[in-house]
Amino acid sequence: MLEIEIDGKQLQVPDGSTVMEAANQVGAYVPHFCYHKKLSIAANCRMCLVQVEKAPKPLPACATPVTNGMKVWTHSEQAVKAQKGVMEFLLINHPLDCPICDQGGECQLQDLSVGYGAGQSRYQEEKRVVANKDLGPLVSTDMTRCINCTRCVRFTSEIAGLMELGQAFRGEHAEIMTFVEKTVDTELSGNIIDLCPVGALTSKPFRFDARAWEMSRRKSVSPHDSLGSNLIVQVKHDTVKRVLPLENEAINECWLSDKDRFSYEALTAGERLAKPMVKQGGQWLETDWSTALEYVVNGLRSIQADHGKDSVGALVSPHSTLEEMYLVQSLMRGIGSDNVDFRLRQVDFSNDGKMAGAPWLGMPIAETGTLDRLLVVGSFFRKDHPLLAQRVRQGIKKGLKLSAINSAFDDWQMPVANTLCVAPSGMAAALLAVLKALVEVTGKDAGPAFTDALQGVSASSEARAIAESLASGRRAAVWLGNAAVQHGAAATLHAISQEIAQLAGARFGVIGEAANSVGGYIAGAIPFGSEGHGKNAVQMLTQGLKGYVLFNLEAELDTAFGNQAAEMIGKAEMVALCTPFKSAKALEYADVLLPIAPFTETAGVFVNTEGRAQSFHPVVKALGDSRPGWKVLRVIGEMLGVQGFDFDKVEEVRKRVLDADGLVADVRLDNTVRIDSVAVEKGKGGIERVSDVSIYAADALVRRAPALQATKDAEQPKARMSAATLGRLGIQSGSSVRVGGVVVLDALEDKGVADNCVRIAGGHALTASLGALFGEISVERV
Amino acid sequence: MTDQGIILSGLDGDRTWRLADYVKRGGYDALKKIIAEKIPADQIIGEVKKSALRGRGGAGFPTGLKWSFMPRAFPGAKYLACNSDEGEPGTFKDRDILRYNPHTVIEGMIIAGYAMGCERGYNYIHGEIFEVYDRFEEALQEAREAGLLGRNILGSDFCFDLFAHHGYGAYICGEETALLESIEGKKGQPRFKPPFPASFGLYGKPTTINNTETFASIPFIIREGGDAFLALGKPNNGGTKLFSVSGHVNKPGNYEIPLGTPFSTLLEMAGGMRGGRKLKAVIPGGSSAPVLTGAAMMDCTMDYDSISKAGSMLGSGAVIVMDESTCMVKALERLSYFYFEESCGQCTPCREGTGWLYRVVHRIESGLGRPDDLDLLNSVTANIMGRTICALGDAASMPVQSFIKHFGDEFAFHIEHKKCLVPKEVQYEGSKIYVA
Repeated sequence: MLEIEIDGKQLQVPDGSTVMEAANQVGAYVPHFCYHKKLSIAANCRMCLVQVEKAPKPLPACATPVTNGMKVWTHSEQAVKAQKGVMEFLLINHPLDCPICDQGGECQLQDLSVGYGAGQSRYQEEKRVVANKDLGPLVSTDMTRCINCTRCVRFTSEIAGLMELGQAFRGEHAEIMTFVEKTVDTELSGNIIDLCPVGALTSKPFRFDARAWEMSRRKSVSPHDSLGSNLIVQVKHDTVKRVLPLENEAINECWLSDKDRFSYEALTAGERLAKPMVKQGGQWLETDWSTALEYVVNGLRSIQADHGKDSVGALVSPHSTLEEMYLVQSLMRGIGSDNVDFRLRQVDFSNDGKMAGAPWLGMPIAETGTLDRLLVVGSFFRKDHPLLAQRVRQGIKKGLKLSAINSAFDDWQMPVANTLCVAPSGMAAALLAVLKALVEVTGKDAGPAFTDALQGVSASSEARAIAESLASGRRAAVWLGNAAVQHGAAATLHAISQEIAQLAGARFGVIGEAANSVGGYIAGAIPFGSEGHGKNAVQMLTQGLKGYVLFNLEAELDTAFGNQAAEMIGKAEMVALCTPFKSAKALEYADVLLPIAPFTETAGVFVNTEGRAQSFHPVVKALGDSRPGWKVLRVIGEMLGVQGFDFDKVEEVRKRVLDADGLVADVRLDNTVRIDSVAVEKGKGGIERVSDVSIYAADALVRRAPALQATKDAEQPKARMSAATLGRLGIQSGSSVRVGGVVVLDALEDKGVADNCVRIAGGHALTASLGALFGEISVERV
Repeated sequence: MTDQGIILSGLDGDRTWRLADYVKRGGYDALKKIIAEKIPADQIIGEVKKSALRGRGGAGFPTGLKWSFMPRAFPGAKYLACNSDEGEPGTFKDRDILRYNPHTVIEGMIIAGYAMGCERGYNYIHGEIFEVYDRFEEALQEAREAGLLGRNILGSDFCFDLFAHHGYGAYICGEETALLESIEGKKGQPRFKPPFPASFGLYGKPTTINNTETFASIPFIIREGGDAFLALGKPNNGGTKLFSVSGHVNKPGNYEIPLGTPFSTLLEMAGGMRGGRKLKAVIPGGSSAPVLTGAAMMDCTMDYDSISKAGSMLGSGAVIVMDESTCMVKALERLSYFYFEESCGQCTPCREGTGWLYRVVHRIESGLGRPDDLDLLNSVTANIMGRTICALGDAASMPVQSFIKHFGDEFAFHIEHKKCLVPKEVQYEGSKIYVA
């Protein structure tokens, strides 16, 4: 510890602290622009100059290390003179036209110029003008305002992992720009808007929409990936104007992924459903709530009367709230059907009934930074979990060694020490090889369930490298990604990975596909439990039911079977779809549309991957006649005479699921599956499909956000294959291919795809008719 | 060139830069002595300290002291860098050393590598001197072939290799940390210090950077002893130094003289004032050193302490001589333009301030000066000085401050009368360049 005196206040700081950190500790504000606690020190703005005893000149607080006995004055005459001098330089070439700048009112330069700037400029010469840059559909530029603090440059290279911005040219001609003809394509790009201390980088979708002081700031939770990023939703005239990060060091730190930040545009998309609708004689009619609800209730009653209680079922999206999921399953069970599921893209349910609890990350998110070894199985990690990947990226800088097994890789923008890229049908065998290598490396035995499966398995050098890496760590973890959960042999992958973690002394986790993937289990929105055993998502979607309640999902895009699922559902006698959006496809297969409120218009809880239950309130009024999902379900439950639907507040529902403190009981989070044996099936040798659900296709909100849809990540799916696979099939990269006999896509050479595989993104209208996300598929020249 | 120095002596004749010629002049004797006698590193650094050799690049930091900052027991690579990115207007000595006596730099660097435990060195050569770069590469090749560079030098277990690195012509790359960034392949921008290169230098490893002339002085110090070198100069200012004399003298060029030689002697060596005109002003240490009046300069001796006492710096030893036909506003305008163009743009005061300075001086020169411009210039330079990451901000400010201090009346005249104090005809007479 070092002793330091700042503005007369004594304090102790850890070795290696800077004067800025020490000043923050005593609450002495040092003006700054380029300094940011999460970025490297640049010391280029010079705004944080402070007086240091014995130093002949003022020193930058951000870059000056504390020495024992140091005395610092942050607001002495010398310090303030230096700070004012710097402020004058910053302003001479800055356009002083705050009234027409989008940053006005929330601009660090504007704020600090009040304290450190002069009333009038002494600069009478011509000002610099800098040409604007095209950074893509999300970030708007006004480069003449740039003060060259390089926060955005450091963000792209340090946090996002790829230096997409840089400072070109010298001196006064210096400009921040992208590489020639490139845009900023990282999935974290929106953060440079927050980081920019001036109006040089602003939000393109939000541009000139509202002033900072006109909007109220309301807390919320992101409904997208399993991290549950904390949001500040800014609202004006009962409309969501933009979304900013709410700093939470334990979850999203001070960042947001672009998905979290820009999906709000969908809330006011033209497809919002504002009134209940009923299909009568093939015609869709807008109606009132009581008519629509009566239609649903009567429909369910008559179908059950005609076809039995389990002829109806419910599917609920994992992006729904905990309360909604709980009520959907209570409703179904209340009318005597166990057919309920939220695991819409999952196809292998053979672990149902063998699981000790809800699958979760197996550790707090914040402890990612303390890991020294990590194996990620079956994940398009960077795009599926942008901010969790960011934490791993920072961990790698501190010594974390990352290994990954998957059927296709894209650039994770971080060093991956060991990779194993195998076809989906080879995933289980690859994991067994790692397990085998671990047995050899550690000298420990795998459990008896694996004795048969390990017979004759020999560890490849890649498998051995992964095993050695895991075994040499002291704080290791094994995580299953979305592709592992959606895999045809997900149960086997889970079981082997669990054993690998066990043998390596690593923590075992499932990252989770959606905002409430953990919550779905906690709420019991699964077909098995203490009582009966109903139909799971696959059974409901392939065997067909007579009546469906679909909650917050689009069957053709949100399930494992795409259009086939929609067709199957369409055959039912009645399909009630609770949704915030109206889509052409839904109008085909549904019979009743009930407009429910999206996350900004309802209250609820998302349980994130670390098992943290995060509640949120509505930030705006529900649009039109739409109502919060929990209220809609309550009325249906009451009309059907189901017990326990006579509550008034959403909190009453919450209390039935969470414990008294509003938390998920620890015992309910458990990744353990109990298995007796593992059977590994081999592929038949045909071309196999590998699917990622691309980042801006994963849920109904992002699919309707225009700016996100204009990004590179939202490009049309392509048939990606390795050069060898293309060669064998006689296909040129760039030419058209017909896949699955029905869809024509552009072929693209991708060296990250396993041999004999074709990577085709799911969750997209273009590929919805291909059906299953994984499995053999035909690829032929057109 | 003269032959009274230690670096430039004995260079008359054809192709004297070859290894064989250098060896004939006693070259590599120092290295051979070190290897043969297994002289400990401490003793070499001690000898350099004793010589009172001060950095020849401009800052004049004691070389022996700098060498002793390198961590001894550092596990892993340590680097040595030679700063031949001679970009300071008025300075042209390093290129001549590399052109006529490259092996003395190579030998100096090998000895430095030996003394500091570095196995790898880089010579960063100014981007616009192509033939000098080629020659240095040739000299390196000669040295490698002779077993003087590479593995097991002269049969010992000491290994040292040296590489030439051609810069791209940015002045800022002569700043030692920007030079390191540039070698690393990044944009040449100075780093914030601390950490200093001795603990976090090239590729994050301990690194020592010295000027070309500094390294070139090392073989003599080791061969003849630190005392002998010190004795050539005066106390605290050991040895001889190259002075690049330019401007209004009859024989501009490089002159190697013992430190402490009177300026008048140097002026005489350079053939005296052109056309016998009166000496008006001298910038004694490269364009960033404060200007001195001719009268003040005639009282100085050419060494660090004397020039510093007179209010300027010996700097890199670039002596820019100006006679009475010079318009000081015009001269400053040219200097300010240089710093405006060469600021790297990294930190605010320099990026914004150099342009402001140039524009105001340019305005004054163009007859658009305002009464408060001189106060403004002084205030802006005060706001730049000491507030920047590297010394370029100071370098841009010092000429402005000193020109106004010593020749303020010329500036005031310019502002008031919208024309030069020095009549146009006089200026034309001196420069033979028509002045608008």
